[in-house]
Amino acid sequence: MMEKGKVLYVTGNEAVVEGAIAAGCRFYAGYPITPSSEIAEEMSKRLPAVGGMYVQGEDELASINMIVGASMAGAKAMTATSGPGYSLMQEGIGLAVATETPVVIVDVMRAGPSTGIASKAWQGDLMQARFGSHSDYEIIALYASSVQEAFDLTVEAFNLAETYMSPVVLLSDGVLARMRERLYVKGQDELVIVNRKKPTESPENYLPYKRGDDYIPTIANFGDGYAVLKDSLTHDERGYYYERPDIQAKFVLGVTEKIRRNASKIYRWQEEYTEDAEVLFVASGVMGRIASVMVREARQEGKKWGVFRPISIWPFPEDALRRAARNASKVITIEMSVGKLVYPVKWTLRDGQEVSVLPWLSYEAPSPDDLLNLLEVKA
Amino acid sequence: MEITVQHPLERYIRSEKMPTTWCPGCGIGTVVQSFLKAIDELGLDPKDLVMISGIGCTGRVPHYLKFDGAHVLHGRAIPVALGVKLANPKLKVVVWGGDGDIASIGGNHLIHAARRNADLTVIMINNFIYGLTGGQVAPTTPKETVTYTSPYNPDSKPFDVIKLVAAAGATYVARWSTAYPVLLKESIKKALNHRGFSFIEVISQCPEIFGRINGFKEPYDLYLKIKKVGQIRRGISPFEAKYDWNEEISLGEFVNREEPTYLEQLEEIKKKARGEKA
Repeated sequence: MMEKGKVLYVTGNEAVVEGAIAAGCRFYAGYPITPSSEIAEEMSKRLPAVGGMYVQGEDELASINMIVGASMAGAKAMTATSGPGYSLMQEGIGLAVATETPVVIVDVMRAGPSTGIASKAWQGDLMQARFGSHSDYEIIALYASSVQEAFDLTVEAFNLAETYMSPVVLLSDGVLARMRERLYVKGQDELVIVNRKKPTESPENYLPYKRGDDYIPTIANFGDGYAVLKDSLTHDERGYYYERPDIQAKFVLGVTEKIRRNASKIYRWQEEYTEDAEVLFVASGVMGRIASVMVREARQEGKKWGVFRPISIWPFPEDALRRAARNASKVITIEMSVGKLVYPVKWTLRDGQEVSVLPWLSYEAPSPDDLLNLLEVKA
Repeated sequence: MEITVQHPLERYIRSEKMPTTWCPGCGIGTVVQSFLKAIDELGLDPKDLVMISGIGCTGRVPHYLKFDGAHVLHGRAIPVALGVKLANPKLKVVVWGGDGDIASIGGNHLIHAARRNADLTVIMINNFIYGLTGGQVAPTTPKETVTYTSPYNPDSKPFDVIKLVAAAGATYVARWSTAYPVLLKESIKKALNHRGFSFIEVISQCPEIFGRINGFKEPYDLYLKIKKVGQIRRGISPFEAKYDWNEEISLGEFVNREEPTYLEQLEEIKKKARGEKA
């Protein structure tokens, strides 16, 4: 039966669940942790009803590794976590990178470091999303700012994972997790759903980690009859481990270049009033939404302000930011953190352009006026 | 040199990956041979088999077997294997691991897989030591022996892993040694046909590291020690079994009973969620 579109009034966490089910996710493993637990609760109720499976892992290590296993056997699989749980999952994310196994990891960012404040939001994990697992790799991380976007980006996260044979991180935060808004759940006929490519060669001629022009390998699922080996060790095109410099170099280039070469297809962002912006604010997630209200109000007072909200935090939409900031003498990131987004912004912009951070160090979302006050105090 | 005679189990082996990394005299090959004979005698379709392993000498097993396989993170073979099984229940999923991989870093996953009666077969090859990393103490190292990180003997008593998994609810539990490859093969056949969680520990020799540190000059000396200490006991509970380096390491089948498997329980949940009668 084709699912039709419907309107709901739900939280960010619930929207993630709606998006995952719409995208075809049928396997979820997770461990309870605030403020992500409602995703697990809702999944435990919903997934079995659509023929899927929900497992509460014995810990986050089990959960991330279970979803990697499920995806190796062909399932669209997901986990959700927060703070300490996200730290625990980093090694497993590296496994998904190395074996090129598509999975979706939702990180509902909370106040830290360490246990911090479980139920409160923060924006401290943007760098961890990119660099959290050891050694060289690239990853895709999307950050939602509204309940609708939480749904839309969850669908996109699965599509990108299946397209690039890569883990995809969906960032949310303690504000969005519990914020309730109108959600339009798109019907199946309104959605674009991507499924991973299957090999067409005979098993004798098949090389699971061979890369075409787009650098993306076509990796058989377990059970497809290809006797495929998926290895966390450095491996060649057959998936076989050998300790050789050229194989190590190809392995590392494989998992980095497949994202870098396709970055322009992955970049997602939103911008407002950037054409003539003299001051450009850069903010992500819910802070991006608040910043855009602040800028809209400032425009009515004649201030030449603009706002840029990266949606794909990784790969970071560098070209788009450079264009948006071309007339700006000041670029200011607004963050619920001492500053994380400020780093890719600094790497991106030309020398001499002043880049600074406006840190909102409260776990409660600010009003646009709160931000203005903070800006004046700082100026 | 032209190879004129094929190994009778050649069709299950990635011969292009030969030779193995295992040292001369290592017991892992014996266990792999028992396993391949078991699947051959059962007539299982190689396309339905998946080998999952973590890190360690035993972790290398999937490299050499021509089945679907994954060589994953240290300690995490069981959760990966469970994910595979749940996503495609027609597959027979076998976890290979050493005592360090399965009972130390992966210990939490082991007991929870046993509790769930997860539809997996776990083969734990116990060589009393961390071999691949060069000879460090394991949670299975007997008090009477030494390793490079327990030069004055281990600081605490070893796990008897069959008691651990039996207490956690495993429905098939057996322990054999490399001295009994035929009994091991028959046990693997039972484990592969078992509904739910099956666990086989194999006491095995690591002559190059454990043997050398503990004064066994030749692989054969350590093999004879393992042969001597392993005593087959029939009809005893796992809690009566011994794990004593000087006296006896009890071998045999200690648990074999039927209970709803994890998959069956998840299928029940699906029925409830759809409002169907269980």
